[in-house]
Amino acid sequence: MKLLIKNGHVIDAKSGLDKVTDILADEGLIAEIGEDIDPTGCEIIEADGMYVIPGLVDAHCHLRDPGFEYKEDIESGTRSAAKGGFTSVACMPNTNPVLDNEAMIKYVINKAKAEGLVNVYPIGAVSKGLKGEELSEIGELKFAGAVALSDDGKPVNNSSLMKKAMQYASMFDITIISHCEDLDLVDEGLMNEGYYSSVLGLKGNPAPAEEVMIARDLILAEYTRAAVHIAHVSTGLGVDLIRNAKRRGVNVTAETCPHYFSLTDQACEGFNTNAKVNPPLRTQKDVDAIIEGLKDGTLDIISTDHAPHHRDEKNVEFKQAANGLVGFETAFPLAITCLVKPGHLTLKQLVQKMCANPSKMLGLNKGTIEVGFSADLMIFNINEQYTVDINKLESKGKNSPYNGYKLFGQPQYTIVGGNPVVRSGQIV
Amino acid sequence: MNLKSKDLLGLRDITAEEIEYILNTAKTMKYIITTNNKKTAHLQGKSVITLFYENSTRTRLSFELASKYMGANAANISASGSSVQKGESLIDTGKTIDSMGSDVIIIRHPMSGAPHLLAQNVKSSVINAGDGMNEHPTQALLDMFTMVEKKGSLKGLKVAIVGDILHSRVARSNIWGLTKMGAEVNVAGPATLIPPGIEKLGVNVFSTVQEALLDADVVMGLRIQLERQKKGLFPSIREYSRFFGLDDKRLKLAREDAIVMHPGPVNRGVELSSMVMDGDQSTINEQVTNGVAIRMALLYLLTRRGTANEVID
Repeated sequence: MKLLIKNGHVIDAKSGLDKVTDILADEGLIAEIGEDIDPTGCEIIEADGMYVIPGLVDAHCHLRDPGFEYKEDIESGTRSAAKGGFTSVACMPNTNPVLDNEAMIKYVINKAKAEGLVNVYPIGAVSKGLKGEELSEIGELKFAGAVALSDDGKPVNNSSLMKKAMQYASMFDITIISHCEDLDLVDEGLMNEGYYSSVLGLKGNPAPAEEVMIARDLILAEYTRAAVHIAHVSTGLGVDLIRNAKRRGVNVTAETCPHYFSLTDQACEGFNTNAKVNPPLRTQKDVDAIIEGLKDGTLDIISTDHAPHHRDEKNVEFKQAANGLVGFETAFPLAITCLVKPGHLTLKQLVQKMCANPSKMLGLNKGTIEVGFSADLMIFNINEQYTVDINKLESKGKNSPYNGYKLFGQPQYTIVGGNPVVRSGQIV
Repeated sequence: MNLKSKDLLGLRDITAEEIEYILNTAKTMKYIITTNNKKTAHLQGKSVITLFYENSTRTRLSFELASKYMGANAANISASGSSVQKGESLIDTGKTIDSMGSDVIIIRHPMSGAPHLLAQNVKSSVINAGDGMNEHPTQALLDMFTMVEKKGSLKGLKVAIVGDILHSRVARSNIWGLTKMGAEVNVAGPATLIPPGIEKLGVNVFSTVQEALLDADVVMGLRIQLERQKKGLFPSIREYSRFFGLDDKRLKLAREDAIVMHPGPVNRGVELSSMVMDGDQSTINEQVTNGVAIRMALLYLLTRRGTANEVID
């Protein structure tokens, strides 16, 4: 079936495309870009007044499948991703069992083929069982289809093991995504250490807990020359350290998440467990530095760290509550509202950070609008405002701190391989 | 006047007028408990439940006696020996108690914010009897009541709080309450036990006990938990006592008529020397008496919300 998207303002970072034009998708690929495309036999989407960009690529999410299907599974997770404009997502291996072997990687790939609404790319574990003791079978993971390696959720505490992981992974040309956290410094902290932790009487998790580990991994990346990606950067000094490493030519990329440029630790007021996330929400100074890092390119990628939880895991004492928030369905609107609308990023820069760069870091042939590439596209209206209603999220997890927020840029169409899976903002 | 909220979760959330009103009501209650016939009908037909997830002697007994002096049906639940041990959640426990017709649930919990979670999920009034490192509002109210009794007014009073400010819910509640009532608050303690950003609450932070005590009207010692030393927060009890313990010599830096307070239980010879603790300036035992009066006042004020009594007043 052929799909013709007419009169949309097409923006693409990789090809530099920036004009009102038509796109023809055929056989799952982009067949033609230009005016006067013959509409015979095509389904037509009128995109007048809307932007057409590559489908979003998420380099960091948790689909919870297998093992925690009560929180999310591949079907519900990819529905949520599609609703949020994502056409490709890379899921973290902290499932049960852990994605630390060939069979588990294939399980995710096969289940996603059968049930997934969008493309799913599993990330393999750095260490067996995420225990930080022995390397997982990195070569086999890579050939089974893992697109990166990470022990996300936990740091690789042992510096020597991390060094070896980097050396070994380089051999297979696969990136290590590092969850940076010095557990001794975290010291059971529950939220950012600062004024609000003092006021709420909650144990503080100081910014240095993250920064010390970022510094370690940058040093190891420089030494091993391995490709390293720093996950969910939340602090100002963290951005500075990465900026400095990049100047030194270290092969490093870095991401932040929407909650680190849109919220501060003040969101924990009232013991709001939906604002409990790891790394914790920081201060306004950090938020400003994160935005600066996005502007100057230090932070290459905006990922969601979509982390669904069951309500019983959030409707408890703050200390008992699980870390994390659902991100797929608010990530893009938050980026439009907090970064593009105020002029921090151009739309093209945002497309770079949410499409081209994550695709490149993961080694995917995605995130661009060019003839011959997958017809993975997203269409949205930048001027229409909507109100976030957590009860209407497609994700099983309703753990979002953004309920009631008024945002711009809700995805209207999500097209995966030429097939619209979201139409007029609703799952087809 | 009446209290705005159905619950008392902390002094952060209530106004100076409400504090004033509670302290005034407690004066009447103190009169009642100093008479020979400690019985009133203020809480007749009301049920008061204490739900304690942590050990306590004085707070729990104080609430229990306060309830009984006013004729309430009082019952206790402790975490050990209840369904809590079977893994029942706080919300489920709260709803169970609520369903049996409780009017007030008094909760002590090791986790900050637990009373807030409970309050959102039950119809009963919830009184926070200490949550984690957050607040212990009834302790601060009884401290303020004692200060008013001894010094006349809180306005302009200079209060020095010494010790483990970081982990102290007593310190936090006192800071919220005292600053609202116009007192000047100095805090001092080891740098590892001072919460970051605490100066934004309008207190003066000192790294020596001597500076904090200078010209103080009230000197408050806080209990130092011995297990903090094992976590590396200070080197030894000996060193702590040497730099932050309150003895006769240091007390002389405060005003001559200064009072010495402590929420108890005291580590004798650590936070306070025995001389200071048992000395003339110490109000530690009066604090305990005043605790009953404050809790009677609160139980009364919270249970009459929305009743005819409230209108008559």
